[in-house]
Formats: sequence, structure tokens, C-alpha cells
Amino acid sequence: MARTRRGALTAATTALLLLTTACGGATTDGTDGDTVTVGMLHSLSGTMAISEVTVRDSVQLAIDEINADGGVLGHQIEPVIEDGASDEATFAERAEKLLQSDDAVTVFGGWTSASRKAMLPVFERNNGLLWYPVQYEGLEASDNIVYTGATTNQQIIPALDYLREQGHTSLYLVGSDYVFPRTANQIINAYAQAHDMEITAEEYTPLGHTEYSTITNDIARTEPDAVFNTLNGDSNVSFFQQLRSAGVTPDDTPVLSVSIAEEEVEGIGADNIAGHLTAWNYYQSTQTDANTGFVEAFTDTYGADRVTSDPMQSAYNAVYLWKAAVEEADSFEVDDVRAALDGITIDAPEGTITLDGDTQHVIKTARIGQINDDGLIDEIWTSPEPITPDPYLTGYDWAADLTG
Amino acid sequence: MTTTAPALLTRLRGPLTFLALIAAALLLLPLLLEPFRLNLFAQYLCYAIVALGISLAWGRGGMLTLGHGVFFGLGAYAMGMHLTLASTAADPLNTTGLPQFMVWSGLTELPWFWKPFTHPATAIAAAVLVPGAAAALLGWSVFRQRVRGAYFAILNQALAAAFVIFLIGQQHLTGGTNGLTNFPVFAGHSLYSPTAQTTLYTITVLTLAAIYLLFRHVNNSRYGKLLIAIRDAEDRVRYLGYNPTWAKTLAYALSAMAAGIGGALFVPIMGIISPSLIGVIPSIMMVLAVAIGGRYSLAGAATGAVLINAAETTFAETFASGWIYLQGALFVLVIALAPHGLAGLTRQAATALTRPRTRTTPPAPQDTTTGSPA
Repeated sequence: MARTRRGALTAATTALLLLTTACGGATTDGTDGDTVTVGMLHSLSGTMAISEVTVRDSVQLAIDEINADGGVLGHQIEPVIEDGASDEATFAERAEKLLQSDDAVTVFGGWTSASRKAMLPVFERNNGLLWYPVQYEGLEASDNIVYTGATTNQQIIPALDYLREQGHTSLYLVGSDYVFPRTANQIINAYAQAHDMEITAEEYTPLGHTEYSTITNDIARTEPDAVFNTLNGDSNVSFFQQLRSAGVTPDDTPVLSVSIAEEEVEGIGADNIAGHLTAWNYYQSTQTDANTGFVEAFTDTYGADRVTSDPMQSAYNAVYLWKAAVEEADSFEVDDVRAALDGITIDAPEGTITLDGDTQHVIKTARIGQINDDGLIDEIWTSPEPITPDPYLTGYDWAADLTG
Repeated sequence: MTTTAPALLTRLRGPLTFLALIAAALLLLPLLLEPFRLNLFAQYLCYAIVALGISLAWGRGGMLTLGHGVFFGLGAYAMGMHLTLASTAADPLNTTGLPQFMVWSGLTELPWFWKPFTHPATAIAAAVLVPGAAAALLGWSVFRQRVRGAYFAILNQALAAAFVIFLIGQQHLTGGTNGLTNFPVFAGHSLYSPTAQTTLYTITVLTLAAIYLLFRHVNNSRYGKLLIAIRDAEDRVRYLGYNPTWAKTLAYALSAMAAGIGGALFVPIMGIISPSLIGVIPSIMMVLAVAIGGRYSLAGAATGAVLINAAETTFAETFASGWIYLQGALFVLVIALAPHGLAGLTRQAATALTRPRTRTTPPAPQDTTTGSPA
């Protein structure tokens, strides 16, 4: 009997819990009284959480700063935080909830390409506005997404230009097996063909892969001029450790990575990766007044041991760009905000950035960095001027076959 | 059994509850729930369809299938491929006639196995038949070798892992990690309109009800009894002159077809199918839902799937950063305290209420098909 009663009690408790929480989701109007609701949709659980939580932190920082400064059009920003759980379908489902149930006027979110692709139809059919903060593979344009990270001609192509300037003409490609590395490598192959460079190998491993000795030994044996690395996540830890064990040094064969920022260097260990290269648009060490303020505010809020990275900075900028567009439009309506996007300029940590209304991408400067012994990244090359985004690479003859 | 009035009422209690549930689902819920919630509920029902299949294969036939995501995925991808082609054809900006990911991957022509999916009828047929055929082939070849228990479970799991690796690796054919998404039209109708969503929901409820009745019939038939015998003592059944191979293969194939149907309905409702929805972990979640609901009872399994998914949504909305622990705690609690799931729990409670103090332990669920839907 005791056993039965205890079981029934559990069921009753569970049912009650389900009921009470299911009824708890009251809807609020997008601009209710003194507040305006925005969505924050990042993976707070699952494999991507380690990266996406840092982005959520910087969006929250921007929102807190703006609220302390009087809000947007007199409204305090009230974020509704949802967990994308490192799962595309969850991103789509939560995005739908933010737009339909919470009436969020805009949403800051996403990291992986898969999550963005999953959210895109949701934002299009609900006419929402998503601010996507991470560099990505390009070949996309949606009226309902603003891309504040780099597209390929603001990161990958400048990186290739840099390698070519340095006389590196044979490249070894290694990447995680998903859409960004595969698309990036197609661009690299087309670029190499047009510029007389040689691609010695193109290797893919599943996300989360940790056994790289075959690839690192192959690199040691074939001695390419440089390695172009599109590995994502914790695979980088194994890759760089095993590369070092194979005796490959940055002086012989530099590895240029496009998915390793300050946050990831910590995990890999500065001694394993020091001397290798990265391509981004922002580093914690970038010298601007806005960056000094950003780094200070971030470490004050979250602790002196925290670092700032390109995606975090792009996410932080997104909130300020949105605020500026709302104020320009004098409205929170998506159509009005979209119409006001073109030419919005802010002094961001990465320097002065401008929104390009045609592509809804940001005009930004490309920067090549070298990882130093302290785990920070020093700028060693900067594009002469901010680069206009060209997600479909229409301005590059050699890329004609890629875009169809 | 005498046909007195109370006895008749007892006999009718099951069918009446069943009809009342369907009526409530079809008439009441669309009025009570906002469109977004109704759409979520329709997703849960798709998983409930999968759960019915797992209950048949595992609860009835004793085949612990830890790879049902594969069959769910085959059905889902069949539908997803059709929807992708339909959307591509409807897109005025796309001049190539190929899905965008194929263009980026350098394909110039539609792969041969995509071509039949231009027609919705082929896609719907494939969503049922391909999983059924795949399961029949796999089942027949392993059951013949008397592979069962943990070995069968591991084989299933490996199949799920391999299927995901294939989908991710063949990006130019499958859409890779991104999967297939962005489906505005089906057979000339917009999928985004509120009517379309309500229609899909209605179809899902009716499909779930039909499959429930079918599997209930299977369970109550002589074949259903044979499955129990095989589950509890396969060797003895063999000595008695039956061949368990075909019986198990049939149950496994039926189960896979249910999963395929669930997957095919899931895609237009959810708007996306990707490898992460059908791999090892989702496959385990599908089995876990059945374990929690009660694997010996079809109604219990379906209820388990709805409750687990509803709980996930609720926890995730309420505690954005800690929900996953709550979900884990719920699993541990239910499995530890109610090994026969919620359906077993209701049965225990019913026994305790009707016959207080005559039994200290509930009867083992030898045959649970006669119970009313939980």
C-alpha cells in the first residue's frame, strides 16, 4: 500500500506541476506601458551552450546599459530568455513562441548555421526580426534577419588574401562536417583555382571528434604552407594538442582558424596554440575607445577572468544597432525598423560600423590576429578599409559557379 | 460474464472514454489553445504515434528498439523531400529548379532518388512503405539469426548513429546538418495559414486514433497473444512449432511504419527535419517516453509521449537555464517509483481503490490490453 500511495503522490505532484506551469504563460503586448519585450534565444544547454552563453551575457549587458540610460523610445527593454538547447527544431519552436505568445518586437539569437536556417522560415512567416551575431557561410538573404557577424567576403576571403600575400600557396583544409566548413571550403577551392594556389587535402571530421593523429601526421608529412582550419567546438582542443605532438610548429606551418576566438583559446590552452593565426573582425585587444569601455563593462559585470570575443561583440552591437534603428524609425514595428536600417552607424568596439540596407549585413573591417602566450590575440593585419558585405560573392568572378 | 447493466457499462467505458477524448481533442482544444500551442500539441501527437509503434514492438513483442529515430526519420525525410521540391518549384527567384543546398553543393541536376518525390502521393506512400520495408529487411535478417535482447538494442542504436552520419556526410543529397526546412506550400496550399495548421492537427488526431485502434486490434488478436508468448519465452514458442521470426518481423515492421507516419506528419507541422531530430538521443527519448507512459499499454505509451514532450516545453519555458535537470529528475522519479510507467500506476491505483486491503501488491500486468485508456 505504502508503495502505491507514494507512486500516486508522485504522479499527482507531476500532474500539478505540469498544469500550473502550463497555465503560467500569460501573454504580454510587445510594447506594454513602459516596457518593450524582446526575445533572447541562445543554447543554454547542450553542446553549444559553452559558446552561446557568452553571447547571451553580452546581449544582456547591452540591454542593461540601455535600460540604465533610459531605454529605447522611453521604454525599458524586457528580455524574454529562451533556451535553444543546441537543437535546430527547438530554436524554431522557441522562436515561434517568442513571436506569437510573447509578442517580442525583435529577437537576438542563434549561433550555428543550422539554428539560423531553422529559424528563418519562422521569422519570415511571422514577419519578425532576428539579429544573428555570428560569422557565417553567406549565400543567404532574408528581409527578416540582420546579420551582425561577418559574411565570407569579410572573413574568409581577406584571410586567403593575407595567406597569399605571405607567400603561402599550398593549403591543407581541415573542418568539422557541417554546412559552414563545407561551404567555406568550396569558396577556398574556387579562390585557390583562380589564384594558382594548391589545395593539398580537404578533410572533414564529425562534430565532437577527438582523434586527429592521422590528420596531424599527414600535415607533418606533407608540409603544406598553411592549414586552413574550420573545425568547430572542442575538436580544436584535440587537434591543436595532437598537431603540437606531431612536431608541427607555427613557424613551419601556421594554422589559420576562423572559429577560434579568445573564449576557445582558453579551452585549447595558450601553449598549444600560441603563434597560430585567426581571422575575425574584432579582438579583445582591438584599440578603440568603445572597446576599452566594452571590455571594462563586461569584466566588471561578469568577472575579471572573462574574455570578450568577436561573436560576443557582434551580439552586443546588435542591440545598439536595433536601438538606433528603432529611434530612427520612431517605431518598434518590424517594417518601420527594417526601412530605417540602411546607413545606421554606431561606434562599436570593433570600430565604426554601418548597416548595409540591401543585404542587412554590417560593413566592417577584417582583421588577422596571432595568438600570443597570454591567450589573447594580437592584430597583425587589418583590411585597409571597412569591407562592404557581399553574401552571394557577386563581386568576385571566380565565385560565379558557387552561387548558381 | 453476465450482461447486467453495470457490466455493460463497464464494457462500454473504454470505447466511450476513447470517443470522448477524440471529441475533446478535435472540438475543444482548437478553441482553448492559441495556434502556437495547438501546433505544439500536434507535434506531441506525432510522437504519440511513434510511441504506439514502440509499445507494439517493445511492450508486446519484447524487442527493445533503441533506433526508432531512423524510421521516424525515413518518414520525415520522405515528406521533407517532397515539401522541399514543392517549395523550390513555387519560388519565383529560384531559376535552377534545385533546392538551394544542392546549388551550393555544386549539383546541376536533381539526384535520381529525389525525382519520385515531386508527387505528394509518392512521398506519402514512401513515408509508410520505406520504413516498413527497411524494418522488415533488418528484422528478418537478425531475428532469423536469433539476435535479441541487448544485442538487438545495440544494433538498432548503431543503425541510428550510422543513419545520422550518412545524412550529415551526404550534404549535397540530404541537406547535411541543417536538414530540410522552409516549406511554405503543400499540394498548392499554403502551410502557414491558420486553416492549414488546424487541418494538419485534425489529420494527426485522426491518424493517431486509427493507429491506436489498429494496434489494439492486433494486440487482441491471436497474433497478439503469440507476440506475448514470444516475448516471455521465445524458445518455448519455437518448441511448440511456431516460427517466431516472421511474427517478430511483422510487429517490428508495423512499428516502423507507425514511426514513419509520425515522422511524415511531424515535418509539415514542425517545419523542419534534421539529423539531430532522429539520432541516438532522440531515439532513446522516444523509448523513454514509452517507458514512462507504460510500455504494456498503448494508451499509456501515447500519453507518455505527450506528457514527456509537454513537460519538456513547460520546464524549458519556465526555467530556461536549468530545465534539463528537472526533466532528468522526472525520468528518474517515474522509472524508480513506477517501473510499469504511468499506466501501471493508474492500474495500481484502480486496484487499490476497488479492492482495498485484499492485496498488498498489485498484480503483474500479464495482459494489459483490456484496460481503459489512461
